[in-house]
Amino acid sequence: MNAKNPGKWWLYVLLSLAVVVVAAPFVWMVLGSFKTTAELRQSPPTWLPETATLDNYTQLFSRLDFGTYFFNSTVVAVVVTAGNLLFCSMLGYALAMLEFRGKRALFGLVMGTLLIPGVVTFVPLFVLVANAGLIDTLPGLMLPFLAAPFGVFLMRQFILGLPRDLLDAGRVDGAGELRIFAKIILPLCGPALATLGILTFLGSWNNFLWPLVVAQTEDTYTLPVALALYSKGQNATNYGLLLAGATVVVIPVLMVFLAFQRRVIEGIATTGIK
Amino acid sequence: MSTLTDGADTARREQLPSRKARPRTGLREGRAAWVLALPFVLLFLVFTVWPVLQSLFMSVTDTRAQDLRTPLAVDFVGLENYARALTDENFLRAARNTAYFVVVGVPLTLTLALAAAVALDRGITRFRSAFRLGFYTPVVTSIVAVAVVWQFLLQREFGLINTVLGWVGITGPNWLGDPDWSMPALIMMAAWRNFGTGMIIFLAGLQAVPWALHEAAAIDGANAWQRFRHITLPLMKPTILFVSVTTMIGYLQFFEEPFVMTNGGPLDSTVSMSLYTYRQFGFGNYAYAASLSYLIFVVVALVTALQFRALREKG
Repeated sequence: MNAKNPGKWWLYVLLSLAVVVVAAPFVWMVLGSFKTTAELRQSPPTWLPETATLDNYTQLFSRLDFGTYFFNSTVVAVVVTAGNLLFCSMLGYALAMLEFRGKRALFGLVMGTLLIPGVVTFVPLFVLVANAGLIDTLPGLMLPFLAAPFGVFLMRQFILGLPRDLLDAGRVDGAGELRIFAKIILPLCGPALATLGILTFLGSWNNFLWPLVVAQTEDTYTLPVALALYSKGQNATNYGLLLAGATVVVIPVLMVFLAFQRRVIEGIATTGIK
Repeated sequence: MSTLTDGADTARREQLPSRKARPRTGLREGRAAWVLALPFVLLFLVFTVWPVLQSLFMSVTDTRAQDLRTPLAVDFVGLENYARALTDENFLRAARNTAYFVVVGVPLTLTLALAAAVALDRGITRFRSAFRLGFYTPVVTSIVAVAVVWQFLLQREFGLINTVLGWVGITGPNWLGDPDWSMPALIMMAAWRNFGTGMIIFLAGLQAVPWALHEAAAIDGANAWQRFRHITLPLMKPTILFVSVTTMIGYLQFFEEPFVMTNGGPLDSTVSMSLYTYRQFGFGNYAYAASLSYLIFVVVALVTALQFRALREKG
């Protein structure tokens, strides 16, 4: 197929329909968050709100404490992202460019844990964090995720593609090893850091199982934990409120994703891991 | 730390003859490498390696929540927890539910992903990145939020899905309230949310399929389906294998969907292995939960190995 032939028209129609189906739940969620619960119980359902109201959002941030949950989610995601960017690029550089004893074994060990399901570690992790007195604290939510094998893999792959001459040039100029990393290598890792940063942020923001067991009072709830628990509790039938809550969870990351989408999609295409 | 670098230095010195003209580089390099590796390695040992081993240890003991502060004062029970799991009717039910989710969900997700990728790669030339973005978007959203929204979409009377089905004369089922329809509903949602990841990887893989082969086959009279079947599919095999393994690993651990939407019901029709393990943990049965989590791990490893083998043999 060449550039003059844009393709079959019916394929555009089909793909457009598919995009509508994929996007419909989100559109319906956002529109629904401005509806009253009475309207949400109507059959057939409405698309546009008949009487648009901000009441759901007011309740979310006044009667419930979604401001706090939003803050918790943000702090945890930012710290986890910063930790992974720093620690994974340090190790990734060492594995890609430096020679040291135990290198192969270390790389094998880190990659070997990529396959292990999260559920395998969570019982002893809970015991560990509980014994450290970190249950129901923000550090308890962050610590287990500060150093993830996926980031090491991604950074190592990227740094392997950089010319080794950089290293030798730095050494000839008399720069120390750590200085070479900080001043020469790291500034060149922008694309990989952006990909890792955005994927880690999204992963942390959407993380559920661990915050569910560690956050035990409303002070430390993250957004997904709060939303999941409210959807089962006394607010379970307050449909407008739950849709507004879902909107607050989804829309900020959707904005971040759209801003950096090229990086995310390239990252998935090259590493194959989301 | 110092012993590690000392060891590295000794090794480095011994290797020096083979590295010309840079007598001090190796020594410095080894030390610097470990300094750089150290923060990650410490966190990794404490929060990944130790829990993996501790979980294995726990699974052969009788640890319960009340033993939290004295983890070594528990009794060794051998493989009792594993034996119990294999005769626990509720766990076996969860295993069957998980198998249902995987066996139907993975092929469905892969088919959607491959269809979307092929359509975007060969079928059209305009708006490609816009379609790609649209299909990928659900992947980055919170499963919890998505599950809350789909709970409403799947409502029997006023849900969007049954309304749309009503337009074409179909009376939709009580999706989440009927044990026969609850799992199909969760599978439908999972496929909707996840096919974008596979699509992106397939799009990258399709770059490796030489267009000249398609043209040659077309000249020989092969139709589009034959070309897809005999050129694209065989060349895409490594990519398909990769996507099916990663999708399957994810689906084997599904948890949020039943946790939010059905709480495992109705009639336990959507209790997954992860959800059941989480519940045992919640009851304080830490050792039993640890053994269940290892069983999930074993299933993940086995399925991955089998899949690699099956795809290699077919070729």
